[in-house]
Amino acid sequence: MRLPLHSLAVAAIALLAARPAAATETIKIGAVFSLTGNAAAYGAQQRAGVQLAADEINKSGKLPGITLEVVLEDDGTSPQQGISVFDRLINMTKVSALIGPTLSTLAEAADPRAQAQRTPVVAVSNTKPNAITTIGDYIWRVSLTEAQVIPSAIEIARRKLGFKTAALLYGNDDAFTKAGFDVMKSSLEKSGVQILGIQTFATKDRDFNAQLTALKNLKPDVLLVSALVEQAGSIALQARQLGYTGPIMGGNGFNSTKFIQLAGPAAEGVLVGTAWNRASTDPVNVAFIAAMKARGTDPDQFAAQAYTGLLVVADAIQQAGMKGGRDDIKAGFAKVKDLPTPLGKFSFLPSRDGNHPAAVQIVKGGKFEILQ
Amino acid sequence: MGQQIVNGLFLGSIYALFALGYTLVFGVLDILNLAHQAVFMLCAYVALALVLHLHLPMLLAFPVSVAAGGVLGVLVERVAFRPLRGRSDSNISGLISSIALATVLEALALQLFGPDVERFPFGVVPDRSLRLGDAVVSELQVVIIAIALAMLAALTYLLRRTVLGRRIRAVAESPAAARILGINVDRVIASSFFVSSALGGAAGILFGLAFNSVSPDMGRTVELKGLAVIILGGMGSMPGAAVAGFALGLLEVFTVAKIGSSYRDAIAFGVLFLVLVVRPRGLLGPAALREA
Repeated sequence: MRLPLHSLAVAAIALLAARPAAATETIKIGAVFSLTGNAAAYGAQQRAGVQLAADEINKSGKLPGITLEVVLEDDGTSPQQGISVFDRLINMTKVSALIGPTLSTLAEAADPRAQAQRTPVVAVSNTKPNAITTIGDYIWRVSLTEAQVIPSAIEIARRKLGFKTAALLYGNDDAFTKAGFDVMKSSLEKSGVQILGIQTFATKDRDFNAQLTALKNLKPDVLLVSALVEQAGSIALQARQLGYTGPIMGGNGFNSTKFIQLAGPAAEGVLVGTAWNRASTDPVNVAFIAAMKARGTDPDQFAAQAYTGLLVVADAIQQAGMKGGRDDIKAGFAKVKDLPTPLGKFSFLPSRDGNHPAAVQIVKGGKFEILQ
Repeated sequence: MGQQIVNGLFLGSIYALFALGYTLVFGVLDILNLAHQAVFMLCAYVALALVLHLHLPMLLAFPVSVAAGGVLGVLVERVAFRPLRGRSDSNISGLISSIALATVLEALALQLFGPDVERFPFGVVPDRSLRLGDAVVSELQVVIIAIALAMLAALTYLLRRTVLGRRIRAVAESPAAARILGINVDRVIASSFFVSSALGGAAGILFGLAFNSVSPDMGRTVELKGLAVIILGGMGSMPGAAVAGFALGLLEVFTVAKIGSSYRDAIAFGVLFLVLVVRPRGLLGPAALREA
């Protein structure tokens, strides 16, 4: 059978006209994590979390006609590299929004570049209080700050263990560990716990015997430590080797399965405040853990937060009426309200910091468990 | 108090171990090999790989990786130093090429082993400890302090009493004169690199065991302190390097205990500076005799 020529032409025109509607629009989201360097243990989890979120969102049809493309870059745990990667993603890749970088120190260096180019950033692991989101109105944060997690964690632990005196050890050359220490100190003071002594160390140190001996001799009821995961393992081991038997409570840096792997038996009983209640039976959380495990990653808080970060971006696009421009996404963030995530119901505070429930974990049998 | 002395001696023995091998080529032969820290790091990884993948016991993995360190040292000399020997600026160009080689080796380790901090499996060395009064000393710490002292004795003996030691000293005095006397200068320098890097490797493995931490940048933490220890002890003096290592360890620990950890490096390096002002040749360095 022969089709009349004009009907073919009509069909062709219809096809051409229909094309923009049928083809999906691709929205590029830059993800900048520390895949190498000191903080690489966190970066690997974050990468896995973001990738899972992208695959799920694209499959779910939550964003009809839109495909999210995650452009992953490594900041090398170095501020210089973080800045140049941000510049490239903003100016050359033309991403609609950025997720990352892993450490607060790097965020303070790189986020101003995004603010200047009016590109929205979602911080998914920066926990330095009264910072990051103060850089500008394009910087938003999913991760609870140390100021949000640590006071409630210390309060829960104090009620459980009844400690009255404490000693503190922290890294004083890193924005993240210093910030954690500041909050620990002020929340101890607020709850009337006496601080017997304070010691510091540098990021590259591997020997903490001198500091730990000095603190142990003060006989504190609890030892609080603000350190990155690389040092956290050595600190716990050396403290136990020196014969310190009291409880150890860590800052956010302890919040990684890498810590348990490095510290081994010395990790037992260590307490860590957490933004992510892993044991939560919320179906979103249960499904997230199952999906991560199916991909061969046992997720930690960093994976859960990175996953949530992309969910928030997707929700912002939806709130903005399926528009993925930089200012659309920024406007959409303000409308995100009680979004179901593995972290619980998620909203932003007026300060653009995240808001959701916190919890305390304890290491038992080589695993993090929620302290009930 | 007792515990802090133990801590200081232990930390000092780590510095001494690193500095002893370092000073054999730097202090004696006047060659600053900045790839020493890379050998230190790679040896720790070699031992880790032998233990993790070939399941060798530590007592076997240790000598094998130390020997590997020696061979690596000979390669370092061959690649970074020998092609430049005889140039009028061979001191500074050798220093730069060894930095380049260190960077290459570190990048290699990053590719092979990844950036994460690794550790030796639990129980690879006995986890026993002794009580000395109010101080706790682990068996590993005792072994490390003993190894540092033994290496000091062995190196001093090597330099003063053996044929190789005599040749090394002759080359240090004047390579041209040594060559006229029939000494194979290249070979003597290669042998020195072998011994030096084997010691550096041993230090790396013990560091990894003692602090449960092996990472591609682990050498950087001790590189600068090792150099400081050599200068403080006196160029070319083995006992000086050991004494200075222990002194720096004790100084750091007591700064932490008495003044506060935030001032540790400032005070340690401030004292070092003062010592050099008062005594430019270092604690046990030979008086400058060779001024002609």
